[in-house]
Amino acid sequence: MTFINYASREINCKIVYYGPGLCGKTTNLQHIYDSTSPQAKGKLISLATETDRTLFFDFMPLELGTVRGFKTRFHLYTVPGQVYYDASRKLILKGVDGVVFVADSQEERIDANIESLENLQENLAAQGYDLATIPYVLQLNKRDLPNVIPVDELSAELQVKGEPVFEAVAATGEGVFDTLKAVAKQVLTELRKA
Amino acid sequence: MAETPFILQERQFQRVKNVLVRLCVECAARAVFLVDRDGQPIAFHGDIGEMDTTSFGSLAAGNVAATSSMAKMIGEEVFPGVVHEGERESIYISVIGRSLLVVVFDERSTLGLVKIRSKRASYELASILDEAVAESASLKASSDGFFAEITDDDIDSLFN
Repeated sequence: MTFINYASREINCKIVYYGPGLCGKTTNLQHIYDSTSPQAKGKLISLATETDRTLFFDFMPLELGTVRGFKTRFHLYTVPGQVYYDASRKLILKGVDGVVFVADSQEERIDANIESLENLQENLAAQGYDLATIPYVLQLNKRDLPNVIPVDELSAELQVKGEPVFEAVAATGEGVFDTLKAVAKQVLTELRKA
Repeated sequence: MAETPFILQERQFQRVKNVLVRLCVECAARAVFLVDRDGQPIAFHGDIGEMDTTSFGSLAAGNVAATSSMAKMIGEEVFPGVVHEGERESIYISVIGRSLLVVVFDERSTLGLVKIRSKRASYELASILDEAVAESASLKASSDGFFAEITDDDIDSLFN
C-alpha cells in the first residue's frame, strides 16, 4: 500500500519480484543496487542461507526522483523462490503496489515458472489482491543461455493480461532497468487513476 | 484497482512525533520508531547514529510478519509484543493495528518500563493513525487533491 508522507514530502511504494527458485530475482536487485548512485539508494538487505539462497527476502529502497515536490521512493523486495518457502512469500506480498514476475527462460524450468505464477495468483488473492488489476510486468530472464524457450512461445505460456514483457539477462544487467521502470511507471499511473 | 494510499498529513505527523518524543523520554529509550506493517518507516526519534532507518523498519516488519504467522500456528491471533534482548541493547516491538511501535533501549531502562509506557503511547498513536486512515480516503477522492495534479509528463520525467 502506497504511503504518502506530507511532512517529509515522500511517496513510498512497494514492488515485489516474484518467480521460481534461482530465476534471477536477487540478481535483478543486486544489479540495480550495484548500478545506482549512493544518493539514490539505501542498503541492500539480503536474508539468505549460507549458500546464498534467499531465505526470507531481499530488500532495497530506491529513490527515483521528485514528482510535484514529492520524493518518490520504491521499496524493492524479492521473495524466496523455493517451493517450501510459501509461508514467507505470502508475508512479503502484503502491501504490494506492483509485481515483477521473473521467469527462467530455460526449457527445463517451464513447469517451475507456471507453478510459481499460479502460486503468485493464489497468494495475491489471499491478501485481497487481483493480478488482473495490479501493476504487473513479466521479465523473461536468462535469455543468454542456449536452451531457452523462444520469446513468443514463453510469453504465450506466461502472459496473463497482456502485461509488458521484457527480455533480460539479469547477470549482466540487460533488461533489468527497463523492467523496473515499466512497473514503477504503472504503479505511479495507477496511483493517479485510482 | 490499487488500495487507497495511506496519507499522513503534516499535523498528524507532528502529533505522532510528539508522542514518540515523549515516549523516548519517559522510558529512557535510545530511539523509538513507528513503522507501517508493510515495512515503511513512518517516524522516529532519538539517537539513531548511523542506523539505516529504512532497512530497520523493513526488518522490523518482516520480523513481526514472521512471528505473527508463528502465533497463528499455535492458536494465537498475534503476539502483541515481541522482545529481543541483547547484551547491551534490546528491542521491544508492539503491534498497533497496522503499525508497529519499536523501542530500542539499553541499561538506562528496563523492559517493564518500556512495556508500560509503550502501552500508553500505543493508544494515542492508534487514535492518530485511525484518523489518518479515515482522512486518506477522502483526500484521495478529492478532485483538488495532489494526485489529480500529476501528469504523464511528471511520471515520464522520472525515467529520463
